[in-house]
Amino acid sequence: MSIISRAATRSNGQRRSYAALLVVPAAAWYVGFLVAPLVVLAIMSVGERSPNGGYLPALTLAQYANLTTRITPLTNTLGLAALNTVICLLVAFPVAYTLALKVRGSWKLVLVALVIVPFWTSFLIRTYAWMTLLGANGVPRILGWIGFGEIQLLNTPFAVSLGIVYNYLPLMILPIYVSLERLDRSFLEASRDLGAGPITTLRQIVLPLAAPGILSGIVLVLIPVMGEYLIPVLLGGGKTYFLGNALADLFLQSRNWPFGAALATVFVAGMTVVVAGYLAISRRLVRIGRESSLL
Amino acid sequence: MTATGGELDLRGALRAARIERAGGRAAWAYTVLVFVFLFLPIVIVVVYSFNAGRHVTDLKGFSTQWYAAAWSDPFLIKALRNSLTIAVFTAALATIMGTACALAMDRLRPRMRALVELLGYVAITVPGIVIGIASLIFLVTAFDWLDPWLVFVSGGTAPRLGLGAATIVAAHTLFTMAIVTVLVRTRMRGMDRSLVEASEDLFATPWRTFLQVTLPQLLPAIVSGALLAFTFSFDDFIIAFFTSGQDQTVPIYLFASIRRGVSPSVNAIATVLLVVTILTMALAGLVSRRGQRRRGAGEPGS
Repeated sequence: MSIISRAATRSNGQRRSYAALLVVPAAAWYVGFLVAPLVVLAIMSVGERSPNGGYLPALTLAQYANLTTRITPLTNTLGLAALNTVICLLVAFPVAYTLALKVRGSWKLVLVALVIVPFWTSFLIRTYAWMTLLGANGVPRILGWIGFGEIQLLNTPFAVSLGIVYNYLPLMILPIYVSLERLDRSFLEASRDLGAGPITTLRQIVLPLAAPGILSGIVLVLIPVMGEYLIPVLLGGGKTYFLGNALADLFLQSRNWPFGAALATVFVAGMTVVVAGYLAISRRLVRIGRESSLL
Repeated sequence: MTATGGELDLRGALRAARIERAGGRAAWAYTVLVFVFLFLPIVIVVVYSFNAGRHVTDLKGFSTQWYAAAWSDPFLIKALRNSLTIAVFTAALATIMGTACALAMDRLRPRMRALVELLGYVAITVPGIVIGIASLIFLVTAFDWLDPWLVFVSGGTAPRLGLGAATIVAAHTLFTMAIVTVLVRTRMRGMDRSLVEASEDLFATPWRTFLQVTLPQLLPAIVSGALLAFTFSFDDFIIAFFTSGQDQTVPIYLFASIRRGVSPSVNAIATVLLVVTILTMALAGLVSRRGQRRRGAGEPGS
């Protein structure tokens, strides 16, 4: 046992105790402002609504049994979130592909930076601009001049989809761009030289290599869209109803807190399933990638 | 702009080249269209901030009256000051605690690490509206319990605890801290451990190793984490809406005024903020570029 190795062991032990101290503020924050509020929410979800709104302590699953009455926002959220994520992916992929593989030089950096710029203006202001654009004096008036008759765009499911795609597009473009950017161009040339058409090259080379980026794009878009509140309110006119809107309604208007808490608890559980699914799939992708690179 | 690898097509695959060039042109046209889509609302905001007309529908001519109007609207200025204060405090707290957490993670026991990791993922993925509502209920309940105690302990002089800027900072720090941790940890994975070991072998104290070796390498991740935290906090509506009490932030002010009917002075504020952010980002880009060039010049053979 040399002095050096003993000193090394000691400094390792010391480092471990320093480390414990460094994690304390963050851990305390998680406990105080995440775990505690969610626990309070879960406790409230097994309670009862007091006659004048608010919460009465109880131990009942009645709120959960009642959830079927709110099946519309639930299915709306799942269906519309999935649909709009797919639209987002379809719109974003060609852009990411062009930026990564067709644009050269300093233009590329400028264009990628431009994709992020919309995030630097207030979300509410951009959505308000869409309200103006889609409102009676915006695009519908122009369509009217061309001779389309009266078309309502604002306060329709179309406006909600447009708002979602508009707002989340950069979050889909960027990860796909990053994964395509790493793609070795010689693969594309090899594929062409071997007589593969553009579709075959896309299917057999580009898409498999872009898969991790596509997956993170889907998660980055799907999860916040599921919790979306403002876009349905401002562009959907309250007609297209998401879970977030149902929650705000239950807590602020009808003041049925236990029922809202039950809905929120199920919501969080559902999100956890989605995230766990993502982690499982991405781990598998990493493994496949490692195995294929070994070949 | 020529098609990718145009030289290779000299082999006679002229047709393929033509298809690819047409495809390339279509891809460009499509990309331009998507950029127009992305920037249309922003252009509208900037144009209408200089519009002389009262209503968004009539373009009347150039005027800076809305900038003056925004500057003299006490509610808007108060909201702006609140938002900036909240975002600065959030960014500072999130950056310090998030970085500390990332530094600690690798040295925690595996089970503890997995737990902290899970909490971070939950903090990022739970929708803002759920965090907002849960925090509201929890904080109000907690304050109801704490206030009598504080009054008792202080002999009646303690101010009552309530929702406000501080509770917004607390709620914003939660998920922005988790984002900072993820960014810093990603950076740490790509870091060269041997430098830290060299520093330790040369008998540097852990603090000195951190300041002179670890911190400079982590700085890009820490800075982008701080910027992200600031941006998220500054632009968040839903969490602030539930945890704000009486204090208004810019998004809350905007939401209320969209419901009432927006004054074009809002466009003026948005334009000013856009210009400030673009200038900041451009400056940051220039500084980091120069830093890279200097470092590149300082390292012979690399």
